Amino acid sequence: MFKFNSKGLSLAMTFVMSLGMSWSVMASDAPAPDKVPEKVVTAAAADVFGVAVEAKAKKSTADHSKFKELDVNFKDGPAVTKACISCHTEASKQIHKTTHWSWDYINADTKQHLGKKNVINNYCTSVPSNYKFCTACHVGYGWEDENFDFKSEENVDCLVCHDTTASYKKLPGLAGHPNYKTIEWPPHSGKFKAPVDLKKVAQNVGKTSRATCGACHFRGGGGDAVKHGDLDSSLTNPDRYLDVHMDAKGLDFSCAKCHTSDSHEVAGSRYAPTAKDDKGTQIRGSLEERNAATCVACHGNVPHSGEFAKMNEHTDKLACQTCHIPAYARGDLVTKMTWDWSTLGDLDENGHRKQIYGSEGKALYDSKKGHFTYERYVIPEYQWFNGEVEFTLADTVFDPNQVLKINSFKGSANDGKSRVWPTKVFRGKQMYDKVKNTLVVTSLSDDPETALWKNYDINKAVEYGMKYAGKEFSGEVGWISTEMSWPITHMVAPKEDVVACHQCHRENGRLAGIEGLYIPGANNTPWIDKIGFAIAFLTLIGVLLHGLIRFVMHKRGG
Amino acid sequence: MAAERIYIFKLFERFWHWSQALLIITMLITGFEIHGSYDLLGFHTATETHTVAAWTLVGLWVFAIFWHFTTGEWKQYIPTMEKVDAMLKFYLTGIFTDAPHPFKQTTVRKHNPLQRLAYLFVLAFINPLIWTTGWFYLFYGSWENWGFGWLSLEYVAMFHVIAAFMMLIFFIAHIYLATAGHTVTSHIKAMITGWEEVED
Repeated sequence: MFKFNSKGLSLAMTFVMSLGMSWSVMASDAPAPDKVPEKVVTAAAADVFGVAVEAKAKKSTADHSKFKELDVNFKDGPAVTKACISCHTEASKQIHKTTHWSWDYINADTKQHLGKKNVINNYCTSVPSNYKFCTACHVGYGWEDENFDFKSEENVDCLVCHDTTASYKKLPGLAGHPNYKTIEWPPHSGKFKAPVDLKKVAQNVGKTSRATCGACHFRGGGGDAVKHGDLDSSLTNPDRYLDVHMDAKGLDFSCAKCHTSDSHEVAGSRYAPTAKDDKGTQIRGSLEERNAATCVACHGNVPHSGEFAKMNEHTDKLACQTCHIPAYARGDLVTKMTWDWSTLGDLDENGHRKQIYGSEGKALYDSKKGHFTYERYVIPEYQWFNGEVEFTLADTVFDPNQVLKINSFKGSANDGKSRVWPTKVFRGKQMYDKVKNTLVVTSLSDDPETALWKNYDINKAVEYGMKYAGKEFSGEVGWISTEMSWPITHMVAPKEDVVACHQCHRENGRLAGIEGLYIPGANNTPWIDKIGFAIAFLTLIGVLLHGLIRFVMHKRGG
Repeated sequence: MAAERIYIFKLFERFWHWSQALLIITMLITGFEIHGSYDLLGFHTATETHTVAAWTLVGLWVFAIFWHFTTGEWKQYIPTMEKVDAMLKFYLTGIFTDAPHPFKQTTVRKHNPLQRLAYLFVLAFINPLIWTTGWFYLFYGSWENWGFGWLSLEYVAMFHVIAAFMMLIFFIAHIYLATAGHTVTSHIKAMITGWEEVED
């Protein structure tokens, strides 16, 4: 019945189509062609970041192995530091001003007194009374109790950040020192660890690297991949799939490429993050004070062009990370998801520590710590976030009948400062003061009489921890369910692997339940759909009936 | 029944009609997918197709508006209530008994009064609604700069969808009424060849 016999029609169609296309290109304000060839992108990126992709970091102007100051058989770390600061005279003083050194931080906006030594989290919970253990990740030597000398220049550890040999390791229990003698490690394992060759390490110092930053930041929470979810040892040598910037065979970014530093003060903070950067690209030489470690600081506010230009219109509501990091723990390592302290202390029939391992060799239960669960390739939980984080501090009184937020991310659709961020929410059950309804400081590792990991007595451990921290303790330990949020910002996927449109633009998609978002395809107005389809359906029935009557009547009449 | 043939639809008009039909069908299919009514092309492809079709339709309309004003054909859409009752009566009864069509098509009056009203409703109500909301949809990122920061995407989308439902309903009725000419196929043939069979 329908016959398109006219060739002119199809020709004209082509014309109109191409006309429409050229309009659409004109309409988007992007100057770029629809498809930018891969090579151009790489070259442009390389140009932007001032690195030749193939060329490795330029050699330093100083060869430290030629310095007689370093041609010494150092007895310990501080001896090396003395040699370092004999030339780098200001280095230690600069470090002294950083949170890497002080573990102490006051949030200027919320006035909360934070910092590693003050906050209580839901992993190992608290630092005080556990210094010797925790300060294996301190950029210093000898912080074994609250009497540590924060003014000491020689106690700054230069090597932990500037080692290039991968042979410098600080061990828990040594208060920030590496081992200078052969020791059994891990304790009671029958394995032995040779002492560090300080001369070799000192003579080979260089820039920080993914490996040096990762020595601590990949191992937060007590082991590889445990804490953050988006930071683990798979990023030491990542491929393009895992992180498009750190790709060891590609752009090969070090951490410092984004986390730029000035006078050893490193950009980027988890206590006061930048949730919405609308300042555009950071021009070199700019005097503006801002966080350099944001996506926007390099990519600007309208980074998409051509066929992806529409994505620029998502940035008023969504953080870049929300689409560009489809999952965390993408490096095949499992990250810890839950930690239930309340089951700790279950010993075997001989009264010895029990450790139950899963098929992957990860502890599912440990008498010292309770139960754990792990996951990899985890889809983040999404939250509005404006950069303000409120912590439950040691003195914060809370309602024990609710899940306690160790930190809450502030923000909403309407404050003009927020974006929806991907987060890892770490869930736990941990000790608290059942009478005071506050979190507690627990003695875990250092004190031989009370440490939980030596005595398995939670009451003694908390009592000592609280006394050590100068806090009042009622004497009654309870267990509180807690949540802690971590912004996900590393493990940035290549563009082929970003979160696809339909992952959110659908019913019950990734962003389901986030207040204040209208997502086409996800949030419909049901009554309009019902009425609309009902009328359309009735119209269809109506015309079909009408046609049927016409047909029947016509047959009869004819 | 005797019939004569008159030339109703010129080449451009037919081209306009069919390319518009194709674009509207494309936009209905992709639009309701974007809306989340079903999965067909995938959200990404659906939005891209919808956008390309929308801009193509804009291009087509530039030509169509120009053509309507230069040829004076816009007058075909001036509404009239004359014979509307006769038309309704015809669709409700006469059409079943092969009664004569109350409206005689001519080159200067190619649409029956119901058509005039329906097309005017499309032109003056559905289209402005769907185009305005569609344009706002496309330029969501510029609202702030244009002083429309107070607009809510939810309402823009809602009115776009309401207009889309009206278009869908129009489309169903339109296709059916295309068979309600002198013969079942005479309107359709006319839209393809330009020549309409009309009663003597």
